[in-house]
Amino acid sequence: MQLGFLVDLHLCMGCKGCEIACKVENEVPLSTWRLRVKYVDVGAFPETKRTFTPLRCNHCENAPCERICPVSALHYIDNGIVNIDSERCIGCAGCVMACPYGAIYIDPETQTADKCTYCAHRVASSMMPACVVACPVEANIFGDLEDPTSNISMYIQDHRDVQVRKPEKGTNPHHFYVGASQVNLNPLASERVEGFSLFNKITHLPLGGHHE
Amino acid sequence: MIHESIAATQAVVTLDVPLPDIFWGWFVTMNMWAKSIGTGLVFMLFLLMKKNPDEMKGLRTPTLIVSFIMMNVFLLFTLADLHQPFRMWHIFFYPHWTSAITVGAWMATVFVGLESLMIVVMLRKDKCLLTKNSTGFFDKLLFWVTLLAIPVTLYTAGIMAEATARELWQMSTESVQMILAATLSGSAAMILLGGSKLSDKTRQFFGAILGLSALMAFIIYMSEYIFGGMKSEEVIAILSNIKGDGDYATMFWIGQWVAYILPMLLVALARVSNSSNLLNLASMLAIVGLWVIKHVWLVIPQLLSLS
Repeated sequence: MQLGFLVDLHLCMGCKGCEIACKVENEVPLSTWRLRVKYVDVGAFPETKRTFTPLRCNHCENAPCERICPVSALHYIDNGIVNIDSERCIGCAGCVMACPYGAIYIDPETQTADKCTYCAHRVASSMMPACVVACPVEANIFGDLEDPTSNISMYIQDHRDVQVRKPEKGTNPHHFYVGASQVNLNPLASERVEGFSLFNKITHLPLGGHHE
Repeated sequence: MIHESIAATQAVVTLDVPLPDIFWGWFVTMNMWAKSIGTGLVFMLFLLMKKNPDEMKGLRTPTLIVSFIMMNVFLLFTLADLHQPFRMWHIFFYPHWTSAITVGAWMATVFVGLESLMIVVMLRKDKCLLTKNSTGFFDKLLFWVTLLAIPVTLYTAGIMAEATARELWQMSTESVQMILAATLSGSAAMILLGGSKLSDKTRQFFGAILGLSALMAFIIYMSEYIFGGMKSEEVIAILSNIKGDGDYATMFWIGQWVAYILPMLLVALARVSNSSNLLNLASMLAIVGLWVIKHVWLVIPQLLSLS
């Protein structure tokens, strides 16, 4: 079994239901996110549109975070999920430095690394991840990539514009996007202009140790 | 190049809360800087043993003690940078051998253990249970400690290489930079530490190592600076922080001047004028400047948004 995720960006309407469901399900502390939806505005007034891109751990087959973790706190489980053992984590932030997707954060409450686990605890009980359940338009598709009859496999077969983020990194992500452009997937394809954010003055909880 | 498309798309991120910029801050800079001096001194002591063993008299113990202190500074800052420092023991009981952090922690521990043994051997001398010829035993151990110092110096480059998100750090260049940092700071520390115990000829020898290390490190940084962006768009974005009015441009050039350019010039002047003071000044500048440039190179890749 190789679990994977696909987001159809044609369907996503940026409601952030997945983000909230994830927060609630996993008790993600304030100022940190396992899953977040990025908004990018494209075009010049009046020809403008807003794009939405849910971002989460890509559960790579060749995961840099797993490789760099000095204590195997990040590890693969049999269904292909890259899981994390917060009791073992020493908080070196090596995984934060290694992940090319910026998907790992230091939990300000436990002072350990944390990230999306595809809701491994729910999957173990044969339930879908919380974000999949919460999505009102079924933009999140989750399933076994090795089963050609699974929803995700069939979705990949039926669509030609299936992409992953940063394929050049050689991480072999198990998280796919349909209907994505460079603006959605490439951080260098859009600008970050001060004052253009919908929410400014966002503060982060202190992370402990010394960090500038 | 994808960023060229921004002119057409006018794409602006209007909602995204990425991670705080800098996770590895100046604690990690201290870690790398102190380790460079710690291992560099061992390299220089070994070179001194091969070149002129007579001048090692009175330098074995002090040099090892300074190296030992610097290695402990390195370990202290490594520990302090952890979010869960009391779980450090996990590295020894749950080691994950694909991680350069694990391999490095083990090697550094063995290295510091051997240094402790060498210091004990020299301090206890005739009371030493291991051998009555403490100097001979010290010199034999020094060979193995010098060998071990090479991977201990290099493993940080391995960590940087494993940091897949940080395109700027490539194993080949970072490993050469780590060795050059060790020879630069080690020779500088040896010049200062050796003082009058070293002959003028030996001081000039270490001065030459200092000057050449500075020259080679400077060439590599300039190569990255000029050519680094020609193969990777991410590197262009990262290097923009040290070019033009980039946030770290001033600090980068201060580091280059203080760590490399001025020491090179001063070493050359010291050779012409046979001046100890100029050599001492070059050494002090190199040690200080190395910290600055290590810090800049550590921080700038972390400023790149990953989402």
